[in-house]
Amino acid sequence: MARNAVGVVYRKEFTEWVRDRRTLISTVVVPLFFFPIIMVGFTALAVVLVGKAKEETPKIMILGGKDSPHVVEGLQKVKSLEIAPYRVNWKEQISDKEIRAAVEIPPGFQAALEKGEAKTVQIYYYEGEMKSSFGADRIEKFLKDYRDQVVRDRLAAKNVPTSVLTPFEIHQENVAPPEKVSGATVGGFIGYMVVLLCMTGAMYPAIELTAGEKERGTMETILSSPISRMNLVLGKFLLVLSAALATAALSVMSMGISFSALRRFNVSSGRGDAAALLLQLGPKAVASIFMMALPMAVLFSAVLMTIALFAKSHKEAQSYLTPMTFLVVIPAVASLLPGVELTPKLALIPILNTSLVCKEIMTGTYHWNSIALIFGSTCVYAGVALFLAFKTFQRESVLFRS
Amino acid sequence: MIEARSLSKRFHDKKRGEIRAVDGVSFRCAPGQIYGLLGANGAGKTTTLRILATILEPSDGTAVICGYDVVEQPENVRANVGFLSTATALYPRLTAQELVEYFGRLNGLDEVTLKKRVDEIFGRLDMNGFRDRRCDKLSTGMKQKTSIARTLVHDPPVMIFDEPTLGLDIMTARTITTFIRECRDRGKTVIFSTHIMSEVEKLCDVIGIIHDGKLLTEGTLKELRAKYGEQDLEEIFVKIVTPLQARAEA
Repeated sequence: MARNAVGVVYRKEFTEWVRDRRTLISTVVVPLFFFPIIMVGFTALAVVLVGKAKEETPKIMILGGKDSPHVVEGLQKVKSLEIAPYRVNWKEQISDKEIRAAVEIPPGFQAALEKGEAKTVQIYYYEGEMKSSFGADRIEKFLKDYRDQVVRDRLAAKNVPTSVLTPFEIHQENVAPPEKVSGATVGGFIGYMVVLLCMTGAMYPAIELTAGEKERGTMETILSSPISRMNLVLGKFLLVLSAALATAALSVMSMGISFSALRRFNVSSGRGDAAALLLQLGPKAVASIFMMALPMAVLFSAVLMTIALFAKSHKEAQSYLTPMTFLVVIPAVASLLPGVELTPKLALIPILNTSLVCKEIMTGTYHWNSIALIFGSTCVYAGVALFLAFKTFQRESVLFRS
Repeated sequence: MIEARSLSKRFHDKKRGEIRAVDGVSFRCAPGQIYGLLGANGAGKTTTLRILATILEPSDGTAVICGYDVVEQPENVRANVGFLSTATALYPRLTAQELVEYFGRLNGLDEVTLKKRVDEIFGRLDMNGFRDRRCDKLSTGMKQKTSIARTLVHDPPVMIFDEPTLGLDIMTARTITTFIRECRDRGKTVIFSTHIMSEVEKLCDVIGIIHDGKLLTEGTLKELRAKYGEQDLEEIFVKIVTPLQARAEA
């Protein structure tokens, strides 16, 4: 019998693993290209699209206003607005995106202003349509400026200084470092992605090394060799774990590169509005996230292997493991919800705890007690899952299910 | 040496309840001998051989192979056994050589011995032309040769074959039967199961007829012919099994 049987099994499984094209996709291609496409691609695309929409001069329509030439003239002078001639079907035109918005000047608006009476100017737009919102915003800005001017004129007529309107100023200022601000904004997303990719990385090899062996008929071949079942499980488990960790490591690395590219894009394009997305993924944060992902990867690998072993084929295993994805995604998504913060109770809920602690690490916050509790509890869950995997491999009814 | 002592195996089925796949089977097979386990589908041949190969654990009874107990020392038993069946497939993404080396390493062969053994087996089985080809690219005959090489790599004194020719074409089946004979000639203890009468007549030194999990009779072909007054093995088999089958159906 081999002295280093676990190593022999691991080496063989690794050889087969790297020769499998599907492995390459789930472990390397997805994490390496997923983040750049999602983060850089979509963000850049969004920034470009928003920029283009802002540069466009929205076409708007003025409804009424014949007896209020001042305000109509003012609107016509706004360079960032194009006035379309009045049409009865203006509502349809907004819905069909022929015009972006319409402003309704009530009858007798100018006369009412002179008398000091308050009338309501109505702005019509297409809710949820970005270019329509920009058009409505520009109309509103003009009207606010116009209203402020009216107020200033009235105060001047009564010799009252304009400062009477603002007896004091209010100013909000961020005191948190930029990496904490960005971490709080998108940090949760990182934890979510690490959890999800850790699982996807482990899923395919877990199926391949259990149900796949049964389906191909190699299970009986390997069981007839002198290797002990424990060593066999351990060798297989280490390969599944390697796949999960490789996926997690590549995804964290890919995230670092994506954020760095995103920062460069924002700097070069001079777009300050995307600054909140600038994340600092320093070596300490990367190492910490990887450490927290380790017991979770052990947990995923053992659980996925145990479940997949019950199946007789790839297809059956996939149908067993698909609900598992939801079980993992739900706590991971819960960590993204506003107001969900790490507490001692939540630190004991697997997956949610790791997602939350990743979120904190991204903001540069290291609560060592919580980190120890999460690491410890996840290690216990992982140990139990691994024990179950060993036990399942001993069961003839599972190995030779017909 | 193989010695099965009152081997039994029970399975639980939700619909049918308890099933006795093997029921108190005892026999002995000496080195340099081929023991043929003959039986219809579902007779208990595969389960018996899987127990001998320690893939399954017996519910009762035991077996001793090369002095090792299948229940107490399964890993030692497996180190002394070469197991081949139509269900023992090959790893598709390994080459023929890698596969044989993998099983050699699992059997604890050092690299120098392993290389020597692999070269010797590949030469003997005329496998050098496809040693670097992946198993999923091999023909059925090449696959069977690779499987044989896998079972031989650690030179086990006991060989177990579970319906090894099932579904194979004549030429590939012939390779297997030739190989089984060679094993006996080299002094190995060989047990093999089949439901093909001609194979049993050609190969076996001792024949055991198994039905419904029970070993009904055993002996050399000459002994069985004398005992049941029939020359044809198929007639002997029918004579033994039919009354039991009729009783079970009644």
